[in-house]
Amino acid sequence: MPYLDTLNAKFAGAFATSAFRDNQRVVLSAEKAFTVLFPLLKCLKEECGFDFLAELGGIDYLHYPHATDRFCVVYGLTNTTTGERVWVKAFANDPDPELPSVVALWKGADWMEREVYDMYGVRFPGHPDPRRILMPSEYTGHPLRKDYPLRGYGERHNFPTVTRADS
Amino acid sequence: MPLQTAAPVLEDVAGADQEFLYTLNFGPQHPATHTTLRLILTLDGETIVKAVPDIGYLHSGFEKLGEDLDFNQYVTIVDRMNYISPVANEIAWHHTVEKLIGIEITPRCKYLRTILAELARISDHLLCVGAAALDLGALTGFLYAFNAREKIYNVIESTAGQRFHPSYTRVGGLMADISDDVVALVRDFVKTFPKVHADICRLLNRNRIFIDRTKGIGVLSKEDAINTSCSGPVARASGVVRDLRKDEPYLAYKELAGAFKVVCGKGGDCYNRYLVRMGEMLESWKIIAAAVENLPTGPVNVELNDKLTIPDKNATYRSIEGLIQHFELFMWNRRWETPVEEVYGAHETANGELGFYVVADGGGKAFRARTRPPSFIHFAVFPMMIEGHQISDVPAVLGSLNIIAAELDR
Repeated sequence: MPYLDTLNAKFAGAFATSAFRDNQRVVLSAEKAFTVLFPLLKCLKEECGFDFLAELGGIDYLHYPHATDRFCVVYGLTNTTTGERVWVKAFANDPDPELPSVVALWKGADWMEREVYDMYGVRFPGHPDPRRILMPSEYTGHPLRKDYPLRGYGERHNFPTVTRADS
Repeated sequence: MPLQTAAPVLEDVAGADQEFLYTLNFGPQHPATHTTLRLILTLDGETIVKAVPDIGYLHSGFEKLGEDLDFNQYVTIVDRMNYISPVANEIAWHHTVEKLIGIEITPRCKYLRTILAELARISDHLLCVGAAALDLGALTGFLYAFNAREKIYNVIESTAGQRFHPSYTRVGGLMADISDDVVALVRDFVKTFPKVHADICRLLNRNRIFIDRTKGIGVLSKEDAINTSCSGPVARASGVVRDLRKDEPYLAYKELAGAFKVVCGKGGDCYNRYLVRMGEMLESWKIIAAAVENLPTGPVNVELNDKLTIPDKNATYRSIEGLIQHFELFMWNRRWETPVEEVYGAHETANGELGFYVVADGGGKAFRARTRPPSFIHFAVFPMMIEGHQISDVPAVLGSLNIIAAELDR
């Protein structure tokens, strides 16, 4: 993997690698992720040819076997000329999970980051439009967190009611 | 973080202090949006100054359900994500699960899944093209397309017993093998489809009204298409030569690679997206024709001793191994054996790259079932495409993107 040499030269010791089936991964632990993630993705995009952000999604590793950090955002990058893929996994922890926004690199990350914020509560400083995307804006919980109760925190009952008379 | 309301804040818009700017809510229930999606348009006369798509009206919690249903049960949910071509979603989901567990499906199953996936693509493109034509005033095109879709539904009904949400795939294979009737139906479709295709082409390709309303409308450049993560026909119409069937061959596409080529456009406007879809239908038709003539014989499910597929009824009722395996897979206090790992599987569905990111914790359910839906990503590009155009161009651009609301909200 030529991109690994480039990454090793620039970010030695900041990341770990793993692989399963055809998924080649670059893993950033919670201590390093906030500072390293943006320059690492920028390096992958501009120097290694991974110009296409195919996927960006969140995972909550609460109670997962052998997990040390809680939240993870997965970046799936593709090289559109060679078709090669690489996965960058960046972890973040409670109480204030944060990762830098990559909208400056890929506009496609805009809605996907908003979705991760909405569903997991991971914030992306630097995002141009940090609003909820699927849930109503007055919603307080983050529904895909593992400790979110199936029946919710009662949000449904506390929505403001709009009547015909005062609309 | 302060939460803001969904409506555009008027101070953000260029020239927003001018009083003539008018806000129009387009949808969520508008005949031209087809599904429940809302656009908040800020207008200067009829010109769109700013468009803000607002989604979340159908939020159905599919990803949460994926953490609660086992790998076979969840197939009934994934096919509701894109209800225009449900079989393709099912195949993509089970492909990912099989990749996670590490099983190789049988050659016959590969071919059957390929045929179904391509039929789903044709069915999706037909609806997209037909509905786009309908929105721009050509009802006849819509009727031609629906008549052809009916034939595809007949094939799916004969294979799975249901027309709309077949839930036909299983881990390691299919619900059941097909009968000879299905092969006859597919052959019939292969025989009749070129005429439908030619009819739609004759109706629209050189139609003055259709060209005027689609050419140069909603232009997306190649750089923007890559930068905004577009895939499928939307990206290919802008000149991105990327097709997972060729780049990362799955199912039987490696063996059938000679039967089709990737259709690309240059302009990146609505007309190019229409042409790419029309071209892709013909390529899919070639794949189906080649696959149905070379259909391998043999079983459709992997072997019983792999302990992963649901045994057929004969094995369940007449052999002790089949009975035990059936119990193992269905009893709640039993567990599937999956690696504690995660995997991403992507398919080239009609709208683009449909990916599933599955995290497994060793049991029979996904710890996390993330969907990478193409429509969600394409809808984010919508403001970029529509700003500066007129209200009447909204249906044209929406139709050419083929936004599926269930896939947006999941």
